[in-house]
Amino acid sequence: MTATFQTLGQGWAGDFGPYLFILLAGFLATDIWRWLGVLIGNRLHDDSELLNWVKAVATALIAGVIGKLILFPTGALAAAPVVLRLAAAVLGWAAFMAARKNVLVGVVAAELVLIIGWLVLPG
Amino acid sequence: MSAQQGDEPQISPLVWFARGTLGITSAPALILMVTFIGFGVLCRESGLTLGQAVFMTAFIWALPSQVVLVGSIASGASLLVTWIAVALSAVRLTPMVAAWVPMVRQPDTPRWRLLALSHFVAITAWVWSFLKLPTLPRSARIPYFAGFAVILSICNIAVTAISFLLAGALPVQAAAALFLLTPIYFLTALSAAARIPAERYALAIGLVLGPLLHWLDIGLDLLWAGLGGGTLAWLAGRITRREP
Repeated sequence: MTATFQTLGQGWAGDFGPYLFILLAGFLATDIWRWLGVLIGNRLHDDSELLNWVKAVATALIAGVIGKLILFPTGALAAAPVVLRLAAAVLGWAAFMAARKNVLVGVVAAELVLIIGWLVLPG
Repeated sequence: MSAQQGDEPQISPLVWFARGTLGITSAPALILMVTFIGFGVLCRESGLTLGQAVFMTAFIWALPSQVVLVGSIASGASLLVTWIAVALSAVRLTPMVAAWVPMVRQPDTPRWRLLALSHFVAITAWVWSFLKLPTLPRSARIPYFAGFAVILSICNIAVTAISFLLAGALPVQAAAALFLLTPIYFLTALSAAARIPAERYALAIGLVLGPLLHWLDIGLDLLWAGLGGGTLAWLAGRITRREP
């Protein structure tokens, strides 16, 4: 439990220690939730109120991820000004709606706003 | 949900599987592959080996959780601490899979098949499922999903490897543009896939609650955004439905 990526399995797992670490802390820590989802989903009936609630929770969770990726990004996107990130998201979504919910139009519009805005804005 | 069972009884599951693999050329698949370029680069910068990077994509298949794992490894955290961090980042998979199962299953679908296929449920395949599968006959949904999911996983394993090997000097603007693809794609695809009012409310509420709770630094922000925001949206959906 206190072993790290570098030390797990030292002495008996050899070079496979890090892979064992990924299996336990990566594979198991994610797929256990998927298996639980199958067990729960198998008891849900189509179009039941409970299923509607589960869908709403799943959607809100992903929306939360989206909001965080835009407002509190990690990596290179963090270098873009927050106003520009917000403008790209809002205008991209507006273009998507205007184009009768065409996803590609929305994505391209948002990218154009980000890139052109970045090149034009001072600083 | 207009498609009826037995619409095209002559089409074999293998054909549906093959049709599903063609989804690799769709916008969501291409966007995810571009997004995975960032993961290969991150692994290289974090001191992992090529084999470890590829292994993560194959066995975890949830990009946010993979990023958390790499971050935790880079910080030298213990197995237990890392497990908790990754598990917390992946809780969202439970409601996602739970909502996905009633759409793909048939009365005679064996549970092991759902358990095995559930590994491929991540945000992209989930959103794609809700866009594509409701229009297909029920018997086609599992093979069609499997075709798409398996080819998507294989291609992103390749992208992880290639981007790891080629990780070099991308201009910061280009890298940022790559990173922006994911949230914008999820936002628009989720808007297009929302079929009931509660889902639209959940989308709007989650967009605000996710960053807000993160900013308030209360911990487990996404979990609360999902449970709280989802419940609120579900209630709002019930209220608005009752009124004419």
